[in-house]
Amino acid sequence: MEFLSDLASITNSTLRISTPLVFAAMAGIFAERSGVIDFSLEGKMLMAAFVAAVGSYFFGNPWAGLLMAIIACVSLSMLHGFASVTHKGDQVVSCVAINILIIGLTTALAAAWFGQAGLTPTLTDDQRFLEITLPFADALREVPIIGLIYSDILSGHYIFVYLAYLSVPIVYWIVFKTSFGLRVRAVGENPSAVDTAGINVFAMRYKALAINGVLIAFAGAHLSTAVNANFFREMSAGRGYLALAAMIFGKWHPKTALLACLLFGFTDALQIRLQGVELPAIGTIPVQLIQAVPYVLTVVLLAGFVGKAIAPRAIGQPYIKER
Amino acid sequence: MSSAVDKSKVPWWVSNLIVPLVNLTLALLVSALFIFIAGENPYQAIKLIIYGSFGYIEGFAYTLYYTTNFIFTGLAFAVAFHCRLFNIGGEGQAYLGGLGVFLVAINFSFLPVPIVWILSIAGAFIFGAAWAFIPAYLQAKRGSHIVITTIMFNFIASSLMVYLLVDVIRDMKQMGPHTVALPKELWLPNFKDFAALFGIKIRYSPLNASFLLAIAASFFVWFLVWKTKWGYEMRAVGHNTQAAIYAGISPYKNIIIAMLISGGLAGLLSINEILGVHHKIVSGFPAGYGFTGIAVALMGRNHPIGIFPAAFLFGILYQGGSEVTFDMPNITRYMFVAVQGVIILFSGALENLFRPQIESFFVNRLNTKVKA
Repeated sequence: MEFLSDLASITNSTLRISTPLVFAAMAGIFAERSGVIDFSLEGKMLMAAFVAAVGSYFFGNPWAGLLMAIIACVSLSMLHGFASVTHKGDQVVSCVAINILIIGLTTALAAAWFGQAGLTPTLTDDQRFLEITLPFADALREVPIIGLIYSDILSGHYIFVYLAYLSVPIVYWIVFKTSFGLRVRAVGENPSAVDTAGINVFAMRYKALAINGVLIAFAGAHLSTAVNANFFREMSAGRGYLALAAMIFGKWHPKTALLACLLFGFTDALQIRLQGVELPAIGTIPVQLIQAVPYVLTVVLLAGFVGKAIAPRAIGQPYIKER
Repeated sequence: MSSAVDKSKVPWWVSNLIVPLVNLTLALLVSALFIFIAGENPYQAIKLIIYGSFGYIEGFAYTLYYTTNFIFTGLAFAVAFHCRLFNIGGEGQAYLGGLGVFLVAINFSFLPVPIVWILSIAGAFIFGAAWAFIPAYLQAKRGSHIVITTIMFNFIASSLMVYLLVDVIRDMKQMGPHTVALPKELWLPNFKDFAALFGIKIRYSPLNASFLLAIAASFFVWFLVWKTKWGYEMRAVGHNTQAAIYAGISPYKNIIIAMLISGGLAGLLSINEILGVHHKIVSGFPAGYGFTGIAVALMGRNHPIGIFPAAFLFGILYQGGSEVTFDMPNITRYMFVAVQGVIILFSGALENLFRPQIESFFVNRLNTKVKA
C-alpha cells in the first residue's frame, strides 16, 4: 500500500506542478501559431505573479488580483506586439527585453513598496485561493481504487489546477475548430495569402497575443496567490521557458503540449520526492544536481530525439504589407 | 511599410549616432518614470549616479571595473549575434569559465607567473567555449532553439557550480560556498598599486589588468569578424543562410565556431572576477553580467567601437546605481536590472520606432542645404 500512496502523492503533485506550465504552453500556442515568437512567457508569468499578489493584498480579494494580473499581462503582450508586429522589431530581442525588464521591475517595486528584499506581504486566507475539496471526497476516501483516484489525486487542488486542464480542450477547440482559430493558424503559416483574402494580419496577431496574455496571467496568479501566499524574487524560475519547450516538443498542438507539460511536472515531482532518498546502487544524489533534472530534460526533449519539431512557417518574421 | 527615405542618402552619423542616442534618451526617460513610481526623485538619482561614477577616484575605478565585465559579455553576445544566434547563456559560460581559471591557476601555480596568467586566460576561454558547445551543436544539427538551450544551460551551470562549490572544491576550513584563495603572486596587478606609483593613495579598487585584456579582446573581435574570411562567412550565414549555403559556406561549421568564440569571450569575464578581484570562485560571481552583455551589445550595435561606450555607460549605471541604493532606501539594485530591460527594448526591439522620422528629417534638411 505504501507504493500506491506514493504513486498517488506523486500523481497529485504532478497535476499541481504542471498547472502553470499548461497555462503557459496554451498561451504560447496562441502567440506562436499566429507567427509571433513568445519567449516572454517567462517575464509575463513573473509579472502576473507580482501583480496578482499585490492586487490581492490591496483589494483583499484574490479575484481582483487575478483581474489585475490579466490586465498587466495583456498590456505586456500588446507591448510585444507593438515592438514586433507594428514596428517589425526583432521578436526575440523584444522578449528578452520584457523578461529582463520584469525581473528587475517586480523585485525593485516589491522592495520599494514593501521593503522586504523583494517579497510581497504574506496573504491571509481571504486574500488567496484555497484548495477545493470536491463533493463527497471525504466520504469516498475509504473506497478502494476509486477513493484513491478521486479523493487523493483529483480532489484538494487549487481552482487553477482544474482551470488549466479545462483550458486544453477549449484551446484545442478554438484553434482547430473555429474560423477564428483557422485565421490565427493561417497568419502564422502564410500571412500574405490571408492578407489577400481580406483579413487584417496585424489585427489577428494582436488578438492572438491578447488571448496569450489572459492565459499566462493564470499561471502567474497560481504561483503567488494559490501555491504560495506571496510573491518572491524570480519565482517563475524558468517555468516560462520550460513551457515553451513543452509546446515545441508538443509540436504547437494543445494535446501533445499537455503531455509534455505533464512529463515536466512528473520529473519535477519525482525530483522533489527523491531529494535525500538513498537509491539502490547510486546512493544519495546531491540536491543541487537533482534540481537540474527538469532543465536537462528540456534540453534533451528540445534536441528532438523523438522526432523533429516543425514550427509555423512564418514564425519570427514580421509581416510586411506589399504596396 | 519600409522607411520612406532612400537608405543610401542617410549620413552614417544619423543612423549610427543620432538614432541610438534618441533611443537611449527614451529609455532613460522611462527609467526615470520607474524611479518616480518607486517613490524617489529621478533628478536626485541622476545626480547621485554621476557623483558615484565620476565624483571620486575609487568610484571611477569601480566604473571601469564594471566596464571591463560588460566589454567581455557584450563582445560575447555580439559575435554570436553576427551569425544571428542569440547567446543568452553568457551567465553560465562565464560561471564555467571561472572553473577553468581556478583549475588552471591552482594546478600550474609552480610555473612562472606570466605563463600561469596566459594559461588561465586559455582555461577561461576553453571552459566558456565548451559550455557553449552543446547548445551550438544542438542548434546547428537539431534545430533546438538556442535561446531555450542557453537559458537551460545557465540553470544547469548554476546547479553544477553550487554542487561543486558545496561538495567538491569548497574550502573545507570555511563554511561559505567558495574555494580556497589562489596564491597571492598570481593575483593580477591592481589599479591601487598602479596609482601608488604616481603617489595617488586609493583605499580599495577592484580595477585590475583585466581592463587591458578587455581592450585586447575588442581588437581581436573587430579583426576576426570584419577582417578575416571566417568573419565574412559567419556574417554571411547570419545575414542570409540560404545565400550562404549557395555560396558554399557551411552554416553548421559557422554556427558552432561563432558560439565557441562567444562562449569563450563570456568565459573571460572570470579573469576579471577571479584572477583580478575575488581570487577564488565564489558562488554566483557572474551576478547578471552575462545578461547585461545583451543590452551592451544591442546598444553598441554589435560593433566593438560601439560596445566600448555602451559598456562604459553600463559601468556608470552600475557604479552610480550602487551609490543610489546607499542613499535612496526605496531603490535596490534590481531597479537597474529593469533599466537594462528598457534599454534593450528601445535600442533593440523598438530601434525603428522613430528611425524613419529622424532619417527623413535629416535627409530633407541636407537636401534643402544642397539646393540653397
